[in-house]
Amino acid sequence: MHPENWMSIEPAGLYCAPADLYIDPIQPVCNAVVTHGHADHARAGHEHVYATAQTLAIMKTRYGEDMAKRTIPLFYESPVVLGDIDDPVTMTLFPAGHILGSSQVLLEYRGSRLVISGDYKRRPDPTCEPFKITPCDVFITEATFGLPVFTHPPISKEIDKLLSSLRVFPDRCHLVGTYALGKCQRVLIALREAGYHQPVFVHGALLKLCNLYKQEGIDLGDIIPVSEVENKSTLAGKIVLAPPSALADRWSRSLPNVRTVMASGWMQIRARARQRQVELPLIISDHCDWPELVQTLDEVSPKEVWVTHGREDALTYQATQMGFKAKALSMIGYDDEEETG
Amino acid sequence: MEAFSDLLEQLYFTSSNNAKAALIEDYLKRTPDPDRGWAIAAIAGELRFDFFKRNTIKTLVLEQVDDALFAMSYDYVGEMSETVAHLWQPTEEAPDPSPLPGLHALVESFSNANRTEVKPLLTSLLNRMTAAQRWALLKLGTRGLRVGVSARSIKHILARYGGVDVGEIEALWHGVAPPYAELLSWLDGKGEKPDISGEVTFHPVMLAHPIDEESRESIDPTAWQIEPKLDGIRVQLVSKPNGKALFSRTGDDISHGFPDLLDTIEHMGVLDGELLIMHGKDVDTFNQLQQRLNKRRPTKNLMQTLPAGMVVYDVLSLDGQSLTDLPLSARRQALEEFFEQQTSPRLHLSTCFTPSTTAALNTLHQQVCEDTAVEGLMLKRKDSLYTSGRPKGQWYKWKRDPLLVDAVIMYAQRGHGKRSSYYSDFTFGAWQNDTLLPIGKAYSGFTDEELKQLDNWVRRHTIGRFGPVKEVKKELVVEVAFDAVHPSGRHKSGVALRFPRIHRIRWDKPAVEADRLDTVKSLIEASQAD
Repeated sequence: MHPENWMSIEPAGLYCAPADLYIDPIQPVCNAVVTHGHADHARAGHEHVYATAQTLAIMKTRYGEDMAKRTIPLFYESPVVLGDIDDPVTMTLFPAGHILGSSQVLLEYRGSRLVISGDYKRRPDPTCEPFKITPCDVFITEATFGLPVFTHPPISKEIDKLLSSLRVFPDRCHLVGTYALGKCQRVLIALREAGYHQPVFVHGALLKLCNLYKQEGIDLGDIIPVSEVENKSTLAGKIVLAPPSALADRWSRSLPNVRTVMASGWMQIRARARQRQVELPLIISDHCDWPELVQTLDEVSPKEVWVTHGREDALTYQATQMGFKAKALSMIGYDDEEETG
Repeated sequence: MEAFSDLLEQLYFTSSNNAKAALIEDYLKRTPDPDRGWAIAAIAGELRFDFFKRNTIKTLVLEQVDDALFAMSYDYVGEMSETVAHLWQPTEEAPDPSPLPGLHALVESFSNANRTEVKPLLTSLLNRMTAAQRWALLKLGTRGLRVGVSARSIKHILARYGGVDVGEIEALWHGVAPPYAELLSWLDGKGEKPDISGEVTFHPVMLAHPIDEESRESIDPTAWQIEPKLDGIRVQLVSKPNGKALFSRTGDDISHGFPDLLDTIEHMGVLDGELLIMHGKDVDTFNQLQQRLNKRRPTKNLMQTLPAGMVVYDVLSLDGQSLTDLPLSARRQALEEFFEQQTSPRLHLSTCFTPSTTAALNTLHQQVCEDTAVEGLMLKRKDSLYTSGRPKGQWYKWKRDPLLVDAVIMYAQRGHGKRSSYYSDFTFGAWQNDTLLPIGKAYSGFTDEELKQLDNWVRRHTIGRFGPVKEVKKELVVEVAFDAVHPSGRHKSGVALRFPRIHRIRWDKPAVEADRLDTVKSLIEASQAD
């Protein structure tokens, strides 16, 4: 049966009726599958939450142990059966390559296959398994950077910009805005890969998740909380990571001679960087850029493409040009520009 | 070009004015003539021709990118040059690896290129450039460079660079031309100061601050020259032995549009005043003046039906004698004496009022604002010297209070430049029976924080779209302020607002309680009943 007959958009989010299951619901529901731990996708207060063990760990770190009545950890590529036993929905998670624990959701019902990509990217990322191409009838893709103006440079090139700025401005504290989950850890790893082995100082809001990544066996090198630095003037010429909201906050005033840096896919658009008063924009994204979105459509090659949060119009148009049946799903509540990018 | 592009990139992302000045001074020190002069001209907005047309860029990029995707990209990025800089894909396998031409070479090759040569030249340059360099070239070539350095700050930076007074730069500025070799050589201490005494040049004007309540109450009207604030445009009439010209307040030469005024001028001097449509001594509306401003070459008929006149309120020089160092009272006296013998019927001396007390001044303001041809009062200290720019506490404008209506947001569009990607342009309407009719558009009046809230609201309340325009739920009421309302045949609502801006966002107010079109129309009558 065509997924449009068993999937719908409800106020709480994308809903699969025969499994009574919501995908990344934005309101508390009975059964939820959560693709990844970013706050606009993973919310507290559901009865049952299906997700990878890492995503569940992220949610517990953020919302506390009691973030849901019951949590059901799933392995990648291990199907679970939901709904009526005589008319079941089979759900399987596949890696999405977005952040630690991120997954795509495959739903199979009455002979048709639907894949919800969640947020995803195709670039190598040492903190998560690579995106897996999963054949399906309907592919629901995100479109955060769904415009041909978006092409993300290699992360090493952007990290070089930061390191060369440190050489040119050895007296300035380089305050880098990074989202707490995913971006922060990826920037840390990329710095280490570029040969930067000095301690990196972090804002308290990033600490818990960095520790979680370490528990998952991901080496982030020497990290020191800014709060433990007594004499802040010693941070001149050092790298400090903080959530974007802290860049212009009172918190940053104690840092010496700050050079404001921001790591986000949005930094490709000048005005975006300037709106945030960023002096050194780094284009580092945890989403696909345009060529990767197009490549993914081509490789998954579904019968039909549904496009969610982001620049739906352009990607829907592009998918149609490529010969797919395509439509935009207007979903609200996924404020991808605030926490991710 | 590499150095210039780097400079722009750094300027763009630097917010402190001092840091910007340091970057430019450093660039001036290490860049030879004539490249550095062209850079100054480009940043100050003094380039006199486009290297290529915006349309040429668009044609070229549309050979590479699908129309619809280009339109969506442009709508999102909010800026043509940047959209193209990102979308461009090199059209050659191995672009020319040699260094990019310098600014002077670019200016030369584009100004010498004929129509068929421009496209290949631009294409080969874009192929060789990074996205940032492409952006710089496209901005430079269409004279749209905005890196947060105003023409005024360029003058300050040049003054600091050369260790001279900024007044000297300002006095010279309109008499020198890019690439400013003579000027820069003087600033480097290597050459003579450029001589511009005979040139027909614009002298930077003196501007007024909006008056605040405190200053208004503390003013002793007898120490101030008080005039009506006329609803025309500020102009400077320059007449020298080498010729005569009419300049706008920003120094644009608008002589071509007003030969009827210029032909009557026989004196030598520089006058400061308001350009208006005048039938003898009667002043016509700003709307009528606009018809003249839009015409580069007005027809005889238009000049007869809408004759141009000038109300003169200040004088900068007469018969080669500069008066700017005299107090206003002395300049006014010179102006009155000049008017006793000058012969042009198109020149009129501005009226001065003489209220003796603050109370009388307040009454005067009320009376004056009843006349729609007047925007309020101008208050100028009698002892003020003529200083270009906006010196503090010298001249004030006291505008009439704005008119206000509560209107409902109907459509929203993304802004440009700094506000790119934010929904910041709003069309709002008033009720007629139970339908809303659009009455105007506003782009300003809100804070950055409110802009974010409005943007967020638009995204969550979109019910339709027409290209880049989003239609929103008719739920949000805004208090719109505007200076006047005119009847208009061009709008379905039948009204046109002058300078509408969002005064307050009424998150609390239900849309049904917004104002009715009749209320807006009644303001026409109110404001036009003399």
